[in-house]
Amino acid sequence: MSNEMDIVLEVNGTQYPLRVEPRRTLADTLRDQCGLTGTNSGCEHGVCGSCTVLVDDEPVRSCLMFAVQAAGHKIRTVEGLADGERLHPLQQAFIDNHALQCGFCTPGFLMLAVGALEKNPDIGDDELRDVLSSNLCRCTGYQNIVKAVRAAALQMRAQTAGR
Amino acid sequence: MKPGQFSYHAPKTLDEAVTILGTVAGADGRVIAGGQSLVPAMALRLAQPAHLVDINGIAGLDRVFTDGGELVIGACARHAAFERPVIAGPLGILLAAVVQHIAHYPIRTRGTFCGSIAHADPASEWCLVAATLGARMVARSTRGSRSIVEPGFFQGMMATALEPDEMLVETRLPLLAADARCGFNEFNRRAGDFAIAMALATYRLDNNGRIIEPHVGVGAVEGSPRRIAEAEAALAGQQPGTAAFAAAAEAAALAVEPIEENAELAGYKRDVVRAVVGRALEMAEKSQ
Repeated sequence: MSNEMDIVLEVNGTQYPLRVEPRRTLADTLRDQCGLTGTNSGCEHGVCGSCTVLVDDEPVRSCLMFAVQAAGHKIRTVEGLADGERLHPLQQAFIDNHALQCGFCTPGFLMLAVGALEKNPDIGDDELRDVLSSNLCRCTGYQNIVKAVRAAALQMRAQTAGR
Repeated sequence: MKPGQFSYHAPKTLDEAVTILGTVAGADGRVIAGGQSLVPAMALRLAQPAHLVDINGIAGLDRVFTDGGELVIGACARHAAFERPVIAGPLGILLAAVVQHIAHYPIRTRGTFCGSIAHADPASEWCLVAATLGARMVARSTRGSRSIVEPGFFQGMMATALEPDEMLVETRLPLLAADARCGFNEFNRRAGDFAIAMALATYRLDNNGRIIEPHVGVGAVEGSPRRIAEAEAALAGQQPGTAAFAAAAEAAALAVEPIEENAELAGYKRDVVRAVVGRALEMAEKSQ
């Protein structure tokens, strides 16, 4: 039985016309059919957060959403963060603060944090820790991730103020 | 870890949704809203629905508003909508406190209040709220609309009074009086995990400072969350404080029947119930 559907996904501003089975998750579709392998698939049942992307600017687990459900919505992945060669402040802060080791969880953390900071640039420490507790990292022990997001938040606020 | 095959339906109106559900319900058709419980179950092949009726594209289902003495929560209102109080008064504050215990932020942006109610996980915070406050669930099918009042809606672990062809279109919570005191406490090993036990308590005081209208609900212990009459009886007419709260907590610990068959685990659950009921009551006392 094939019940494939024709959809168009908008990812990082680019339109991707695709034919997908309804059971195909957004995570798998991004990786296998859009060729955007920055989004990592970890647990595939919504626990680890490594597949976090933004859908209409809200962080969501892309393994818990079907691609057919994402059609007509604005999807952002880690590939859309940098502006050409210039890294997003959050990406730079992850490097500067040693917030990654193996890097598997990093795209998920970046999209989680970007979504949270864009929504609430003045996010407090407690709320930030609560947000970051959504995703799993087995290398860093989280402290440096918290540090990096705090540093990026400062810089993003300064940039907004300078405009 | 890949979901099995299903046919996907994306109705644009409520009428269309219940019509489709009516035709596919007999062929293992299910409604999907946030999908934050259903999709993991599908990935693990614990659920293999043949049809999914996706209600996310129906305009207006995410509304949360007051109607008479009730807070009306639409089928697609996300958990995250409750992070700031949705109405003035104790109920909005209570819901904002409770929502912090539901999974994690990216789950809360997608998962829905009514989805939790229809899924009826014993450890669902929203189910405990519905059971303790006495919610009214509005179900719709091609056969018409009906209200199902709790108690009577939850029927054990992941079982409700909803028929397969019925869609839960809204949950109606009775508003709390402006002077109502309320508290919620949940115990789990890590933030965001399923609760080991949780309690919700509300009460008011009469002119003599004595407890009236006590509601004490316990969740994550039995197949469904429910009010514990024995704990409420221990509170009614008493002065709020350590003695009354301890008596109510003890009554709750004795009254619950944990689903654990292992006697040690069941005993542990009772200990946790005692603690969370006591803490919920202490929080309620400080809430006004």
